[in-house]
Amino acid sequence: MAPEESISVVPPGASERRAVRFRGNLVAASCAAIASIAVAAFALAMIWKFDQSLHVSGVRVAIARSVEIALGLATLVVPFYGSRALVTSRRAERLAADGDRPSARIAVEDSRDHIWVVVGIGLTAAVVGFVAFVLSANHGAVRTVLFDWSIIWRGHTGLLKGFWLNIKLFVVSEVLVLVWALVVAVVRSLPGRACAPIRFLAIAYTDIFRGVPAVIAIYLIVFGFALAGVPVFKSMSQNGQVFWLAILALVLVYGAYVAEVYRAGLESIHWSQAAAARSLGLSQWQTLRHVVIPQAVRRIIPPLLNDFVALQKDTALVAFVGALDILNYATIYKSQYFNLSPVTGAAIAFLIITIPVTRFVDYLIRIDKERTQAG
Amino acid sequence: MSAFIELRGVHKSFGDNEVLRGVDLSVDEHQVVCLIGPSGCGKSTLLRCINALEPIQGGEIYIDGDRVSGRGVDVNALRADVGIVFQSFNLFPHMSVLDNVSLAPRKVLKVGKEEAAERAYGLLGRIGLAEKAYEFPDRLSGGQQQRVAIVRALAMQPRVMLLDEVTSALDPELVSEVLTLVSQLAREGMTMLLATHEMGFAREVSSKVVFLYRGQIEEEGPPDRMFNDPQSERTRGFLRSIIEAKRL
Repeated sequence: MAPEESISVVPPGASERRAVRFRGNLVAASCAAIASIAVAAFALAMIWKFDQSLHVSGVRVAIARSVEIALGLATLVVPFYGSRALVTSRRAERLAADGDRPSARIAVEDSRDHIWVVVGIGLTAAVVGFVAFVLSANHGAVRTVLFDWSIIWRGHTGLLKGFWLNIKLFVVSEVLVLVWALVVAVVRSLPGRACAPIRFLAIAYTDIFRGVPAVIAIYLIVFGFALAGVPVFKSMSQNGQVFWLAILALVLVYGAYVAEVYRAGLESIHWSQAAAARSLGLSQWQTLRHVVIPQAVRRIIPPLLNDFVALQKDTALVAFVGALDILNYATIYKSQYFNLSPVTGAAIAFLIITIPVTRFVDYLIRIDKERTQAG
Repeated sequence: MSAFIELRGVHKSFGDNEVLRGVDLSVDEHQVVCLIGPSGCGKSTLLRCINALEPIQGGEIYIDGDRVSGRGVDVNALRADVGIVFQSFNLFPHMSVLDNVSLAPRKVLKVGKEEAAERAYGLLGRIGLAEKAYEFPDRLSGGQQQRVAIVRALAMQPRVMLLDEVTSALDPELVSEVLTLVSQLAREGMTMLLATHEMGFAREVSSKVVFLYRGQIEEEGPPDRMFNDPQSERTRGFLRSIIEAKRL
């Protein structure tokens, strides 16, 4: 038998060892240095412009000035690192020319680290500069029209009263959506030819209500059902009718989204889990109830939460059908004071609800992971 | 005496792919039968068909004289009698070990919650995992998980156990703890049908070895004859390649 040809030895004539080659970054470092100076100049100019547009005095001006000075000093970090990147890069070239490649490579890596500082802080400085520009434009008109805190405060009782309606709307809708969407998702996954018609209906429903803008669905259902005098709703008071019809519309629209989320969750559970459950004698329904759904729900919490935050925000759409929610109160105050700040107040009210909810669910997900997964 | 499990001319295909082409096989009560054969020969499919996890397209399967294939069979009741353990354990990751073991007795056999937990705890104690009862499966080693999976099947008090390459997914040093448990079951007289690549184990524990080749039984017989004096050329070829890989 002939000796086997070797497959693991480097062929003859292989050139330089590739891992230890020197590659300078002079061009990148120069660009970073120039860009860092430009960004810093822009940000500082905008902060100066913002300062000039302030018409406040006393304690407030002291607060504003100290914030401006802090931001200005932070901005100076950008050109500092930009120039260090360039200096280090030039040093690397010199070291390489002198034949000290290990030190040259270390210097290049240092230079790259400095460039990343320029990118990270520089982009932030650019955004801060842009915000300062917007807030100071037209002698600070944006601030007086959108962020007049005294006007927001004058309307706070009405805004809170309106927001209470939004809260009732989304709490009731969310509970109903959770149940309704699961029903739709399970119907859509029913097997066999016999269930084809109901499966088709579930698909048609999700397609239609995911495709219709929420504001149109609310419009059609609230006004349409009221006009047509649909039973059950007809016997309610005017406000009750709008409230429950708005909930119906929101549940139909968001039920379609959440049904898809559930379906993705159910399908993401590997079939071997269902096989294991069935092999122990559990029925199809018991398998779904005790094995598949509990695991699916854990996985869909983040996308489900996304849809719930969207639903909470979309409760403001009921303002278009005349419900006295926070947006309607805000527009009333807006016309009264000829200033948009009450609408900003409404926006803040939504943020106060949605941000903590998101953080809380992140926390729940982490706890569950720590409990069930290996360290 | 008629066999405890009996397969008559079983055919199974996935679409155009015919995986089982007329398998006749019998397993007597208290017998341990090992299925061996190359990957894709139909070992796993055969086990899944007996458990009705896969419908068969031809032939019949009997357990203790009752036909359990085809229409009109209560598959849930059948599965309560026939335990199966998979290569990949398939424990329920969202439940504690104790709940994994006691779920099916509670929901299928309608055993009370406390009694089911007590029995599950007892079974876990027998395999030395009582202190892991309240852990979640992901925190256990592969060998521990597979032993829990076996105990989960045993908790239904099945009359026969099907084991589908239960050690294939395990690190080498964890194989023996699972095989020890299986031998223990064999000594206690559990009727078992197992697909395995552990030839040494098959030789030691089985009362009959069956060589499956392309969906048909090529050769079967007592382990001594099958390993020392196989009659079929294909069986010899299969065993030779296993000896070359130093696995026998």
